[in-house]
Amino acid sequence: MISHSKVISGAHIGVNNSVRQIMEKVMLAILPATLFGLWLFGWPAINLFVITVGSAVLFEALCLRAKACAIKPVLRDGSAVLTGWLLALTLPPWAPWWIGVVGSGLAIVLGKHVYGGLGQNLFNPAMLARVALLISFPIEMTTWANVSPLWFSYSPSFSEGWDITFSGMQNLDAYTGATTLGAIKTEFSQQRVLPDILKDYSSVLNFLGWTRGSLGETSTVLLGLGGVWLLRQKIIQWHIPVALLLTVMVLASVFYMIDSRHYLSPFLQLNSGALLCVAFFIATDYVTSPNTATGQLVFGAGCGVLIFVIRTWGAYPEGAGFAVLLMNSATPLIDYYIKPRIYGRDRNGKPLESPKS
Amino acid sequence: MLSFFSSFTQSRLRGGVHPEAHKRATALQPINTDFPLPARLYIPLQQHVGKPAEPLIRVGEIVLKGQLLAYSQGLISAPVHAPSSGIIVDVNDYPAPHPSALPIRMIVLETDGKDEWLSHTPIPDPFQLTPEDISLRVGAAGIVGLGGATFPTAVKLTMGRENRIDTLIINGAECEPYLSCDDRQMQERSAEIIDGVRLMLHGMAANLAFIAIEDNKPQAFLAMQAAAHAYSGITVLHIPTRYPMGWDRQLIRYVTGREVPAGCRSSEVGVTIHNVGTAYATHKAIRYGQPLVSRVLTVAGGAVARPMTVEVPLGTLIAEVFAFCEVDSTRTARIIMGGPMMGEALPHTGLPTVKATSGLLALTQDELKQTEAQPCIRCASCVSVCPVGLRPLDMANTIRAKQLEAAVELGLKECISCGCCSYICPSNIPLVQYFKYASGELVAQQQAQHKSEQTKKLMASRTARLERIAQQQLEEERARIAAKIERERLKATQETVE
Repeated sequence: MISHSKVISGAHIGVNNSVRQIMEKVMLAILPATLFGLWLFGWPAINLFVITVGSAVLFEALCLRAKACAIKPVLRDGSAVLTGWLLALTLPPWAPWWIGVVGSGLAIVLGKHVYGGLGQNLFNPAMLARVALLISFPIEMTTWANVSPLWFSYSPSFSEGWDITFSGMQNLDAYTGATTLGAIKTEFSQQRVLPDILKDYSSVLNFLGWTRGSLGETSTVLLGLGGVWLLRQKIIQWHIPVALLLTVMVLASVFYMIDSRHYLSPFLQLNSGALLCVAFFIATDYVTSPNTATGQLVFGAGCGVLIFVIRTWGAYPEGAGFAVLLMNSATPLIDYYIKPRIYGRDRNGKPLESPKS
Repeated sequence: MLSFFSSFTQSRLRGGVHPEAHKRATALQPINTDFPLPARLYIPLQQHVGKPAEPLIRVGEIVLKGQLLAYSQGLISAPVHAPSSGIIVDVNDYPAPHPSALPIRMIVLETDGKDEWLSHTPIPDPFQLTPEDISLRVGAAGIVGLGGATFPTAVKLTMGRENRIDTLIINGAECEPYLSCDDRQMQERSAEIIDGVRLMLHGMAANLAFIAIEDNKPQAFLAMQAAAHAYSGITVLHIPTRYPMGWDRQLIRYVTGREVPAGCRSSEVGVTIHNVGTAYATHKAIRYGQPLVSRVLTVAGGAVARPMTVEVPLGTLIAEVFAFCEVDSTRTARIIMGGPMMGEALPHTGLPTVKATSGLLALTQDELKQTEAQPCIRCASCVSVCPVGLRPLDMANTIRAKQLEAAVELGLKECISCGCCSYICPSNIPLVQYFKYASGELVAQQQAQHKSEQTKKLMASRTARLERIAQQQLEEERARIAAKIERERLKATQETVE
């Protein structure tokens, strides 16, 4: 119906900022945090990362083939690589190979192509996959490796890493432990209070990322720098990250001031779990977030409230994945109610009153 | 309090983009007035919004420059004049300067090289004329909006007077990249433009004018300010450089803080807006009785060896303008009439320049936005740049699903085709093309519906007529039978009497 080959109307000029370039910039922004995570958790993490990203690309190719469309040009847009990459960042670093494969399959097939491919999905594919994995395989998804950087004597060698990824971990307890948020949740159930629990907590090491956690989510400073760079590149807008982080911080501050023995400090909230990764790289996903600035503020604040509520009173220690998915499902509603005002009309779409009448 | 708040939120600028200006090549050179007179001029009868003009000359007639060739028809229309002296050789259909290049009626004038003006007597003091007379003269000179909209200027002046307009805004934004024709005219013809503005004010019986110039044209600003200095009612304003600053409603909101209600003309809020070129044409028409027979346009683009702003007679073929400016046709990837944001691509150069031609661009492949469309990733850049407040991505989705009514609900008819959304889209989706397609389709549907309704009405009246006739015949038949019976009865009684 519309001739694409023959352009008639403007704009004849434009920014040549392709989808691929956007994806590449996001990858560049998460590269420091990723490299740090890969180094911090060694060979098993590198294996998992390669497997997850590789299988994401493979699943994308399979889906495109099933849809009988050209594979190469779509793969070149980089969206499958980014989805696999983001998913890998949120996985426990020493998870077995099949977690990566199943996760990528869930993300690309169920999270994206079932809806019709790029731009059509309701939920963030990486978060959908992560949450599905967490519910289906709770043991594998909550086994957190100790910090064991490459080239350290106590870290697994390449062959040991191979075994961890492909044959499962032997002698599990020696190499694993709880994340900060997980430990706090467990200790609370034993009626202990925060000052006791956090005796050994080092906020500096946590800020740098020297702690147990998901593959690429531990380093607050690197994620934050990547996010700020992405903002400055104008790839993402400030509304979602600022609303999200501010909401968590404000809620945390209020409750911390009321009872610092049972509620985490805002800084600890900011420094833990997936908060920064989600704020800058997951919640800002174009496809699954609202279209208007005001809508994005609502979306970000909603994510923030849910994260705080789940972390504080929920059964799970971390709620970022759930929060994002819940707000994703609210996005069409937000876009329906929060629209830009059309020139010459009021918010309800009625023409403005004429000054003469 | 509420009105204070709303005036605050309404006066700010919304949306818009900052395309690279590409004006340096043409903005620094004076207007070239040495364009050689073409041997033939192709003058379309419709170069304006409204009804086409009606020719009053015959083939073979000899005409002088400025002589009336076709007269205005109806309320909204404009006449057409001879751009040079010569002989009329044809009145026929020729390809229009439009993407379709479909044939429209044109007058073909073979020039005699003398370029001889029709004699006219200058008016000593035009401010002694009545405002109505100013409107009449502007209308008779065939002046239309030269920014590209080509709405008949006289109609706007009359409407301004009737609606008691208090403010005239002169649009010197020239926010389209590549174009410098308004910039150069403001630099070189500032006194004439200011005179035109004063005449327009007189014609509208108003006394307040703002001349709005984007702040990337400091020379034009200084020249206009100097020329306007003596007149207290005329203010020259700097406005931010930001496309589409020259959109009339954006400009009105920025300059006056008033917002034109949807579905209304700008006169509804007491404002009329004219282009600087139109003001110059008004000056020429009133002071010297010269109708609109030429225009200043910018020729630019990567394939142009001598980019310039040049004054050409209306009806000059684009091919001749391009030859004068040394356009390399092998490097030309797209020919555009107008600016690169709102202009339309033309199929070839065998088309005439018209009153709307503010620019002719020959762009190379590197200058063009890529055309390979990718799926929409809902980045919403189009939403944030739309100066109207539309959601282009949702409109495109509904149009793709052939739900044109839904697109209208989303505001399709409010789209001004400024091109910001297409400009910014990382997936290279030709959004404006979608919207124009949908608007055209809607018009076609409405026409088809109108036609079928008309047919239905005709059918209904035909059935009614046939029924009426049948009824009539039936009644006549009954009457005849009754008469016969009566006659026979009378006959019988007569017979019995006898």
